[in-house]
Amino acid sequence: MRFRTIASVVAGAAALALAVSGCSSSSTPSESSVASAAQSVAQSATSKVASAASAAQSAASSALAGATGNSQVLSSADAGKLVVGIKFTQPGLGVKNPDGTFSGFDVEVAKYVADKLGVDPSKIEFVEANSAQREDLIGKGQVDYIVATYSITDARKEKVNFAGPYFIAHQDLLVKSDNTDITGPEAMAGKILCSVTGSTSAQTIKDKYAADVALQEYPTYSDCVDALLSGAVDAVTTDDVILAGFAAQHPGQLKVVGKGFSNENYGIGLKKDDTAGTAAINTAIAAMIADGSWKKALEDTVGPSGYTIPAAPTPSS
Amino acid sequence: MDFSFLSDPRYDVLGAFWVTVQLTVWSAIGAFILGVVLAAMRVCPVPLMRGFAGGVVNIVRNIPLTLIIIMMSQVIANQLGLRLATRQPGVNPQAFLDTQNFRLAVLGFIIYTSTFVCEAIRSGINTVPPGQAEAARAVGLTFTQVLGIVVLPQAIRAVVAPLGSVLIALIKNTTVASAIGVSEAALLMNTLLENEADKFTAVFLVIAAGFIVLALPTGLVFGSLAKKASVKR
Amino acid sequence: MSERASVLYDIPGPRARRVNLIISIVFGIALAAALWWVLSVLASRNQLTAEKWSPFLDSKNWTTYLLPGLWATLEAAALSVAIALPVGALLGVARLSDHHWVRWPAGIIVEFFRSIPVIILMLFAFELWFFAFDAASPFAAVVIALVLYNGSVLAEVFRAGILAIPNGQTEAGFAIGLRKSQLMTIILLPQAITSMLPAVVSQLVVVVKDTALGGILVGYSELRRAGNISASSYGNPLPTYFVIAVIYIVINLLLGNLSTVVERKLRTRRGGPVVEVEAGAQTDLMAARQEILVFDEPGSASVMQQEERGFESRP
Repeated sequence: MRFRTIASVVAGAAALALAVSGCSSSSTPSESSVASAAQSVAQSATSKVASAASAAQSAASSALAGATGNSQVLSSADAGKLVVGIKFTQPGLGVKNPDGTFSGFDVEVAKYVADKLGVDPSKIEFVEANSAQREDLIGKGQVDYIVATYSITDARKEKVNFAGPYFIAHQDLLVKSDNTDITGPEAMAGKILCSVTGSTSAQTIKDKYAADVALQEYPTYSDCVDALLSGAVDAVTTDDVILAGFAAQHPGQLKVVGKGFSNENYGIGLKKDDTAGTAAINTAIAAMIADGSWKKALEDTVGPSGYTIPAAPTPSS
Repeated sequence: MDFSFLSDPRYDVLGAFWVTVQLTVWSAIGAFILGVVLAAMRVCPVPLMRGFAGGVVNIVRNIPLTLIIIMMSQVIANQLGLRLATRQPGVNPQAFLDTQNFRLAVLGFIIYTSTFVCEAIRSGINTVPPGQAEAARAVGLTFTQVLGIVVLPQAIRAVVAPLGSVLIALIKNTTVASAIGVSEAALLMNTLLENEADKFTAVFLVIAAGFIVLALPTGLVFGSLAKKASVKR
Repeated sequence: MSERASVLYDIPGPRARRVNLIISIVFGIALAAALWWVLSVLASRNQLTAEKWSPFLDSKNWTTYLLPGLWATLEAAALSVAIALPVGALLGVARLSDHHWVRWPAGIIVEFFRSIPVIILMLFAFELWFFAFDAASPFAAVVIALVLYNGSVLAEVFRAGILAIPNGQTEAGFAIGLRKSQLMTIILLPQAITSMLPAVVSQLVVVVKDTALGGILVGYSELRRAGNISASSYGNPLPTYFVIAVIYIVINLLLGNLSTVVERKLRTRRGGPVVEVEAGAQTDLMAARQEILVFDEPGSASVMQQEERGFESRP
């Protein structure tokens, strides 16, 4: 009955093609979409895409919301599992280690917060949150919260909620050790500045200090650092605490200029309008600062790079 | 469907496609020349050259174009110090950087695409009847003359259609230049999707239409060219 | 190749051999000098130190970063091809339909998706998936885009494969009273699939390479992106790019060889001497095809069998 098998394969292919192309709008009542609705409570309020599908889903989620509370992070915490976005590529703050573990100050904060939310830190699933993708990850409900050197800005507040700040960094410049003419952001006129795709720090320098600066973007900071070491770019910019980690990776070759010229309030990003979740995380941050774990975590993670541990911020917002 | 972004001055759709066209034209010219040279080397009497050309083709063809383009910027330009534009002191280096990245992308496309041109032409050489080459040798032509006067002209005419496919693939491949920040159509689409996510179908249709406008005529032109150029036997 | 190439030039005599030797030496020296220059520049930039390259001896670098990245690449490629094959078969057959309302839409779909860059398709698929399921999935975006593109490419391969089958087959099929669907599934498709196998395997190379596009704009953690994380951890972007390139080359050369082997086996089967086929050189496909011969419908089986013998008895 060979030919019947072939015929059924072809028929199956047709069904598969329709399902995969996703053109059939009748895909809503599937099991997976119900599951995702349960996971992303209150999603429709912030969803960038207003659609029939998500409208149908929001009806399902608001029905569920009554039972589990109106907060994605709290309902995930109730379920005993959290998905947290961190950076994988920033020494001292968030790195994926060769043994598959995660370390850095952001990771410590994420674990502490999870603990206070009643979730065992070993139950956290860490996912990579690149600068360019952070709002998307939160908006699309892929993560419960993000601890990834995430500066609180008004523009971002329109898309996500922030708890914190849990740390105040200052934007700075990383240059070669023998460089003498780059003394601050104003000196960047006519120079090439490197930053990662989706970061706003390079644009800040262009807008506020040196309109004549040229911007080169690479996927990661270590690409920038390599370009800096080779002389293809003149400076790398981002927050001092991040730069300190890279300077420590290349002792004697790189230095942080040390003229911090902005206050970057690192916050924990979570779903827009999730007030209950924001309040709970704020409480956790305050507790971390109060009981000394905050300072200890900093000393353990960014301390070795020679970065001076600043005073703790006051979480509010 | 809302196409209002087309008149938004922030999004230069035509400009982005103009960059795509420029990337394509320069890369196509370079890739054709390099491809012919590689094909000639692959059939030449010097074993070392044959081996070298074969090695280059087999290595380059099997690396993803994405990786080649990123390596052009990170390895060839930054580490080996290749400068394809001059950076004048005191002038805003943005123009230098844009030109440099554009030319690096073109160089990457040339290297990648030339391997496909080479293989196409080599298969064209196989379609030339052996008698042609034998006759050419019999009248005393040297290898370069046999290849340049007799074999290659016929070989290239035989592979106009495959070369057209290579060119269409190149048009589409130029989108990879977005990996090193060349502001062509794909990067524009990415920006558009970030800011106008609710109109994603309209954005897709506009960008898709742009590529179809570029690809379809190319296919038709090369189709008719192939008919005209084919050697009657 | 050497056989063909030798048509282009005479067997070198003493003078030609001397000239060839001189060209070889000059070319070799030029190559060696270029290589030496590259290595010395890299060395001067501290790119060749043990510190930069030893991470690749660390098994953890592989288990944590590179192998998961490689797996992500292969997973997306394999799934895409698995779905694109039936999609392509369907579209390819549809393009050959007698009904213009089947033929035309299939033709438009195929030409449309073949003309659009895969990155553009990925960006669109990413938004489409989010629109439909309210969840972002770079993996789905990569797979959907690759299926749409390669499905269209394979549709053309299928179509060419079916068109290449001699007309007599179709006529014979109709003569013994097969319906169009039977003709297609029993006679045409099985033969087309066999003859297009090499093309499908070489399309695999294209798919594997195209997964890397998913790392640029939609954020799929394929091999190159995984390499970025590794490079950040060890501070060695350049060696990492090099190693990733080598991994891709090895995989794709293996796939390319597979394609050649398949092609050669098929060619031997069709035009080659009888002895080889009977000596057990049958592939699984050969076995599968013979299986087709023995199932019910005695009429069609006998036709196929004769055809098959016709191939084998060819001198």
